[in-house]
Amino acid sequence: MTQAATHAVDEHWSYYLFVLPALLLSGAVILVPALLTLILAFTDWDGVSRPLWVGWDNFRDFLADTTFWRAIFNNVKWTVIFLTIPMAIALIVASLLQTRRRSYGVYQMIFLLPYVLSPIANASIWSNMIFDQISGVVGHINKHLFPLRDPLGHVSSALYAVAAVDIWHFWGYLAVVFFAAMRQVPADQLEAAYLEGANGWQVFRHITLPNIMPTIALMFVMVTIFSFLTFDYVYLMTGGGPAHATELLSTLAYGFAFRSFEVGKAAAVALFMSLFGLVAACVYVWMSRESLKR
Amino acid sequence: MIEPQRSRAVIASRLLLALAVMASIAPLLLVLINAFKSHADIVQNPLALPHSLSAANFIAAWSGGNFSTGLVNSVLLTGTTVVVTVVAATLAAFPLARRRIAIWKLVSVYFLCSVTVPIQLFLFPLYFVYARLGLVGNVFATGVVIAAINLPLAILLLRTYVLTIPRELDDAALMDGASPWQIFRYVMVPLMKPGCVTVAVIVALNAWNEFLITSTFQQGDAGFTMTLGYRAMAGVMAADRGIMMAGACIVIVPIIVFFLLMQRLFVEGMTAGAVKG
Repeated sequence: MTQAATHAVDEHWSYYLFVLPALLLSGAVILVPALLTLILAFTDWDGVSRPLWVGWDNFRDFLADTTFWRAIFNNVKWTVIFLTIPMAIALIVASLLQTRRRSYGVYQMIFLLPYVLSPIANASIWSNMIFDQISGVVGHINKHLFPLRDPLGHVSSALYAVAAVDIWHFWGYLAVVFFAAMRQVPADQLEAAYLEGANGWQVFRHITLPNIMPTIALMFVMVTIFSFLTFDYVYLMTGGGPAHATELLSTLAYGFAFRSFEVGKAAAVALFMSLFGLVAACVYVWMSRESLKR
Repeated sequence: MIEPQRSRAVIASRLLLALAVMASIAPLLLVLINAFKSHADIVQNPLALPHSLSAANFIAAWSGGNFSTGLVNSVLLTGTTVVVTVVAATLAAFPLARRRIAIWKLVSVYFLCSVTVPIQLFLFPLYFVYARLGLVGNVFATGVVIAAINLPLAILLLRTYVLTIPRELDDAALMDGASPWQIFRYVMVPLMKPGCVTVAVIVALNAWNEFLITSTFQQGDAGFTMTLGYRAMAGVMAADRGIMMAGACIVIVPIIVFFLLMQRLFVEGMTAGAVKG
């Protein structure tokens, strides 16, 4: 067979049929409704009656709405928290795991336990058994040791308390990913460094870290994206309260749609979230270009 | 001989790891010990061990959380999501990885982008369409929505599995006159099976734990999954923390057992996309 003939068979039309179910599914559930959201953002709609075109009104309202700015600020805070604390914990624990040649599997399993449990269960466990004033450990300390209040109930601490629970659930995933990356570091490089008399920190700084940089960078982008999408733990533990102290763009949009039935406004907030995500998405696609080339 | 400095570093690293282990499991141990206690005992001291191992809390929680219905719904919903995702992703991964279609790049970038789309961007119109069609509360319809969300991840993972299969295999089948479907069915699928199992395990866990979509679409007691049943119970029985924690046990123990059995596949699938092998 000639080269040209092979190529013709290579691109047989029926290959398109293989991609069709996935495209139809994603198109019907994600793409088309997303485009509808784009239109809804410029309307006033309660979900039932005819949508009313209002132009840029929804967006103009947000600029004057302090809750909206609070939500953006909280999303930024959340991103900064998640790009530092769980990243640092995961890097430290993953590098410690390298010294456990036989037992690392058991450690990995334990660190992943909170990650595989459902947000509903995790949120309930922390609310009831840790933070609660009556039945929780915090309440117990308050009664018997020293004054300690429920951090979820106060404007100044609620966001950090929810973030702490989400970090507890999430850091194990990062640790396992970083550990997997560290295990790919060429052994001869590590051995050479130790033979030269490098200490643990020097080996980490000059051998391990540069080698796992692509993985760290990818996780950096993923965490940024997910920080703007985050919803579950905040909605479950505080619902955005007290006094909008933990309001995020995601909880704000959800509240507009299903609590006050202002679907147009909900769509506008969702659109705004996506614009934030879009920047991170471009970086993500750009970083994945290598893997697409293979 | 071990230098003193070295051994001190070893002790410090062991201590840090032990601390991380404690942080991970302490809240779960609290659930376990308090599931066997009365509310009064918990208020007295949440850290104390139970007096006896009575099953009373568990019996009250099972009916309070409506877990018989929840279990069936959770299994049906998860099953729907897994089947739809794995079938669609396996089909799509083959031509995308082999670049058998001219628009492979466009399709791949589309799926990469859809990973980063907030659920809220498509949730609201979709919900009101589902409501109009009478699909709210239908576990199969909800399972399909969750399948669409898991699709990009599944395709990207299965793509890497296709790439490990030597291209010579399907080229040889092509030379022998096999149709694209025959190549897929008799060459690719048998070799992609381990990948499909890994993807199925991860997607199953995602679907079982999913909150935003499930809580929005599965409204009304009859449609509750296990986790939603637990959430509804928390609203009614919050006054008895012993029953609540027994309910939490019922919800988390099956996931933990599943995770322990499938641990290797789970870690493999989670790290495959993030670490270049």
